[in-house]
Amino acid sequence: MKFTEEHEWLRVEDDLVVVGITEHAAEQLGDLVFVELPDVGRPVTKDEEVVVIESVKAASDILAPVDGEIVEVNDVLTDNPSLVNEDATGNGWMFKLKIEDMSVLDDMMDEEAYLKFIG
Amino acid sequence: MERVGRPGHMPGCVPAEGKYMDELLKTGLHDLHLRLGARMVPFAGYDMPVQYPAGVMKEHLHCRAAAGLFDVSHMGQVILRPKSGDVTDAARALETLIPVNVIGVAEGRQRYALFTDEAGGILDDFMVANRGDHLFLVVNAGCKEADFAHLRAKLSDTCEIEVITDRGLLALQGPQAEDALARLVPDVAAMRFMDVISVDTLFGELWISRSGYTGEDGFEISVPDAGAMGLAEALLAMDEVEPIGLGARDSLRLESGLCLYGNDIDTTTTPIEAALTWAIQKARRTGGERAGGFPGADKILQQIDGGTERRRVGMLPVGRAPIRPGIDLFAAEAGGEPIGKVTSGAFGPSIGRPMAMGYVSTALATPGTAIYAELRGKRVPVTVTAMPFRPPSVKR
Repeated sequence: MKFTEEHEWLRVEDDLVVVGITEHAAEQLGDLVFVELPDVGRPVTKDEEVVVIESVKAASDILAPVDGEIVEVNDVLTDNPSLVNEDATGNGWMFKLKIEDMSVLDDMMDEEAYLKFIG
Repeated sequence: MERVGRPGHMPGCVPAEGKYMDELLKTGLHDLHLRLGARMVPFAGYDMPVQYPAGVMKEHLHCRAAAGLFDVSHMGQVILRPKSGDVTDAARALETLIPVNVIGVAEGRQRYALFTDEAGGILDDFMVANRGDHLFLVVNAGCKEADFAHLRAKLSDTCEIEVITDRGLLALQGPQAEDALARLVPDVAAMRFMDVISVDTLFGELWISRSGYTGEDGFEISVPDAGAMGLAEALLAMDEVEPIGLGARDSLRLESGLCLYGNDIDTTTTPIEAALTWAIQKARRTGGERAGGFPGADKILQQIDGGTERRRVGMLPVGRAPIRPGIDLFAAEAGGEPIGKVTSGAFGPSIGRPMAMGYVSTALATPGTAIYAELRGKRVPVTVTAMPFRPPSVKR
């Protein structure tokens, strides 16, 4: 699994990249009460806002970690945002991206580096 | 609970804690909060628990189901002691600063009150209790220094202004609050909503009122610093009592339609615009035995009779997206100027949906009116709704 400084995780599944937020981020945000997912088929560029989440505390955006196309979203979160708190890196995944070049993941943090990053 | 950090950052991940900790004040229960694993945030100059490990949602629901303990020691406590020895003189003096019938507050009773300014705006909201030979006020943390200065400047001729600096304040709220507290202080079982008593206990002399800020039955307990930790620990040792942070305090009060000073009311809002007309008793209104005679009386009394252009209302978004303070409100799905603004907004754990309050044009203030909130560039439907969103369950 790879990680961004924006507290997202990325996992390669076949030729797709699954994206969610880290347990650390979910814990810091507190209980999620709202998730707005992007449309399937939407092309996105790195750092573009793709998901809006609201916790009991505040709203925040999830940014596209890399260029790609949204090919699937986790619709279950719309009715059950708390899945992100319960299982951030599993059932709490947010969207799947099709990307041109998997090598862009090579430079991202691995788990050890991410844990160090959040200190 | 303000909106932070769009775009780019996960707001919760910018640690407010730590950096300025040394400059923040601590309540007598600070060590307890840390021991309980609370996440601490700066609030009104104090380092306060926003949530404990259970999290805002569970804390909120626990308070509604059993009993929750809140540390509200950051709030201001002050005694007005009449120089004449007659509490009616202190009440009469305080009435020159507030539109409330204080003389009518019987010994052992408490009432909600508001300091107003010359323009009719609200300087603070607070509780005033008649404790026999003096009045006891509990005011908001963020306003307390200004309130104390205001009282000293205006009432020093008739009253000693005694700011309490050696007591903490706890709130125990929820349907099982009485059972829990009565184990330590049996006298509380006989109290009615808004009663106040003094009781000698193991923890020192407690000043207890049957009141709160959650819409639940419960108590607010002023406790000597030396006894505060012991009292909090004794309550938390009971099965039904869990600690509740500021996060759930906010969602509990909003579900109950209660104003947060600084968000929903301030010097730019009058009590009438804020739909707090009920807090101005007949004796202080036009035709009453002590009509007017408080700052901003002309404007406020005129508004009671003539109405206001805007009014504080409750709102329920039709969808699942919460609407937060500062968001503009509109009459139509497209076009037009804003007709109001959200002043509080959050998810309501007990009602299972987002809720908000704010100000709208009076013409649109009737419950059931459909309006729109502009959220991330889109207008989402919102229904003006009578408050409280969840009926209170206090012991009358």
